[in-house]
Amino acid sequence: MNRSEQFWVRLCSIDEIPKRGAIRVELDQKQVAIFKTADDSIYVLDDACPHKGGPLSDGIVHDNCVTCPLHNWVISLEDGCATGADKGRTTRYKVLLKNGDVHVKPQLTVWLSQA
Amino acid sequence: MSAQEQLVVIGNGMAPGRMLEHLTKQDKSRYKITIYNAEPRVNYNRLMLSPVLSGDKTYADIITHDDDWYEQNGITLHKNTPVNHIDSAGKTITAACGKTQSYDKLVIATGSSPIMIPLPGHTLPGVKVYRDLDDVEAMLECAKSGGKAIVIGGGLLGLEAADGLQQQGMSVTVVHLAEHLMEKQLDKPAAFLLEKAMAAKGIKILTSSNTKEINGENTVTGVTLEDGTHLPAELVVMAVGIRPSTALATDAGLSVNRGILVNDQMRTSEESIYALGECVEHRDVCYGLVAPLYDMAKVLASALTDQDSAYNGAVLSTKLKVSGVDLFSAGDFTGDHDAEELVMRDATAGVYRRLILRNNTIIGIVLYGDTSDSAWYLDLLKQQQDVNEFRATLLFGQAYQGEPGADPTAAVAALADSAEICGCNGICKSTIVESIQAGQHTLDAVRACTKASSSCGTCTGLVEQLLSLELGDNFKRQAVTPVCPCTDLGHADVRRLIKADNLITIDEVMQALEWRTSCGCAKCRPALNYYLICEWPIDYADDYQSRFINERVHANIQNDGTFSVVPRMWGGVTSAAELRAIADVVDKYDIPTVKVTGGQRIDMLGVKKDELPAVWHDLGKAGFVSGHAYAKGLRTVKTCVGKQWCRFGTQDSTALGIRLEKYLWGSWTPAKVKLAVSGCPRNCAEATCKDIGVICVDSGFEIHFAGAAGLDIKGTEVLGHVNNEDDVVLKVSALMQMYREQGFYLERIYKWARRIGLDEIRSQIMDNADSCNTYATRFTASQKVAQHDPWAQRSEQKVHAHEFSKPTIKLVEATA
Repeated sequence: MNRSEQFWVRLCSIDEIPKRGAIRVELDQKQVAIFKTADDSIYVLDDACPHKGGPLSDGIVHDNCVTCPLHNWVISLEDGCATGADKGRTTRYKVLLKNGDVHVKPQLTVWLSQA
Repeated sequence: MSAQEQLVVIGNGMAPGRMLEHLTKQDKSRYKITIYNAEPRVNYNRLMLSPVLSGDKTYADIITHDDDWYEQNGITLHKNTPVNHIDSAGKTITAACGKTQSYDKLVIATGSSPIMIPLPGHTLPGVKVYRDLDDVEAMLECAKSGGKAIVIGGGLLGLEAADGLQQQGMSVTVVHLAEHLMEKQLDKPAAFLLEKAMAAKGIKILTSSNTKEINGENTVTGVTLEDGTHLPAELVVMAVGIRPSTALATDAGLSVNRGILVNDQMRTSEESIYALGECVEHRDVCYGLVAPLYDMAKVLASALTDQDSAYNGAVLSTKLKVSGVDLFSAGDFTGDHDAEELVMRDATAGVYRRLILRNNTIIGIVLYGDTSDSAWYLDLLKQQQDVNEFRATLLFGQAYQGEPGADPTAAVAALADSAEICGCNGICKSTIVESIQAGQHTLDAVRACTKASSSCGTCTGLVEQLLSLELGDNFKRQAVTPVCPCTDLGHADVRRLIKADNLITIDEVMQALEWRTSCGCAKCRPALNYYLICEWPIDYADDYQSRFINERVHANIQNDGTFSVVPRMWGGVTSAAELRAIADVVDKYDIPTVKVTGGQRIDMLGVKKDELPAVWHDLGKAGFVSGHAYAKGLRTVKTCVGKQWCRFGTQDSTALGIRLEKYLWGSWTPAKVKLAVSGCPRNCAEATCKDIGVICVDSGFEIHFAGAAGLDIKGTEVLGHVNNEDDVVLKVSALMQMYREQGFYLERIYKWARRIGLDEIRSQIMDNADSCNTYATRFTASQKVAQHDPWAQRSEQKVHAHEFSKPTIKLVEATA
């Protein structure tokens, strides 16, 4: 299990992500969205809105939220939860910023299926 | 863990089905449930038998609980297993197959059986009742060979059976004992309308007719009526009524009157035996319709889980399921001597309304031909509301209540709690009222909390009325609607201040106008971006991240995250080379759907985001540029073929359309703009429902504007008449610019025109040459920087490449 502690995967360079924007990366057959907010915070979430699976990486980023392009659900980047009257949650990844790169720890289930 | 109690259910109709649904949801583990069903199948919706008979539905369509459902809920279902005996003292039941089972709680739901009048010949093959799927299948079998059918009984079931058989190709006669059809629900004039409607379908109705005998030796050949008339038939359906099935309960020693007697908790005279559905009699009433049975089901499920709940009887309402016949009835029609009637008839329109009142409250309703007010009347009936005050207009329906100028909230106040206010999000009145009562006192607060009026916005007025209804004078309708919750300023103020204070970036606007959020939201940022582009076309640097995805990647996002691509086809004209290029692209990129749009373009749907630049590259080689089908900007100019081909054409509408499109394309506008040019007043290009339309006439061109054919439908207004094409282009571009400078973001031309006033626009564009020229000049200047093909920029110059890259990380490599 200690191995998983070192099991950070590099996704991209911080510079590749547009401010108040996002890029999408396919991480082992799963789409993940990497967001950069106006204050340069980096967040990584599954690229699927909890509502109808809309690609959050295509949304408009404002404050620490993203508005889904399909039906305007506003998802908090802090916790992946829908805000306001909407209910739902998108998986959020723990992020490690190192040497100007964005790293995440993939979910354990993904790792095991590869092992 | 204590042992499960044994719950045995006799019968598997809709009432016990619904009851078990409630029960298993409330407490899945308390009971071990066993069902004994005389029918050889799972539970289905008996109400839908008529559509099965008429062929509109199949058995599979009307199943409510399939085998899986029983298995998932741990319920044992014995099909084809009638129960013969209940031993209430020993708490056991015995099935026809000999199996005996003990129970802790027993539910009797044996339903009802159709009444078969013991006429001579009633046992002949070909004589059917209409009750369950077996009956329907038997009737369908008979109907296969066509021929004649006779339905005895002109009530609800009889008429539905007649309609179904008629639709199956049989020639049907209804024989009805009473003077008119559905005598329990309709009076004579209504029945007359119904009879006419049935006759129009080809169904023969004989009223005041008593069947004397059913003829035939080995199989039915017809019936003979009391008056001696002989009617030949290969099928006779008896639909004269139902009788609660109580034999089992009587044998078991339970108290039985017309039905099995139950108290408000659906308990019979025996402590551990319950009953529900059509077999019971509750407070002197036996029910044969589904709504009260469902209520009973809920009460019984609560009783079985030791919760307080009581059945208080029901108001019966009926709808006839005969296609093309709108009929609604509810409540009490017996009309005893202290009841009054209000009746309205319109025989030409086939409309009939009858309300039965007692002590100024509605106790019965019959609507024929127009049942749109049924929910309102039923609500008044259930609430026992005093209708004396609006008695004079009661019959005209809800829409006619209240004088113009009277309290505008009256209509919304009159709506039932369950009335749907916001159709987009499925929000009903009570949800909104509860949120207001819980402290949401502004439109935005209600929107945020309930989502009502947050999608298309057409119900905003209703939500505001609810606010003012609940809060009275405490609700201040906002004089100005703010752009979004980030600011109190409205669109007009923001536009004015951008110009007055010389604000040229989004950050500056937010700072100067004291935005409440650090970087706006998805609502205000696209609006500000547009206002700045429009105000400072040369100096403003487009804020790419403040655009909606469609305008960022110049394609339309679809529900699965793919995109659609619509190349520009000037004026809707194309060529073999263009079509061939599109076909090649479709093949090469395996594009799943190709569709012709309403704006005379070809739409390729299902393109992956990362393939967009390659698709554009290939289209670009054939000369295509972006069709801006995604833009808040100039979309399409639709044309007819005009005088080049059409024998009615007065001008070259196609060429004019293309010229307009080449002049206007690339411009950003507050909302999308669609044009059309028709070559004559026959208007084949449908120019009179467009944002801007041109109708060619012999003497020149009529310019129209402010039409709509979307959420709203509205014909255009006339802007004015011009004599030549140059003037068309001048006036249209001036109009575009005026709209661009004044419109609120997402406000279509017709809404802008309504706000500004048609005369103001006509005077600026048509009457004041200086003003017109100034607008046109500003438009031309703006177009100089606007007209570049975004597709070429992305496919050839690699603008915004990060949008279309597709980095892939394989975990195996990462760990290596």
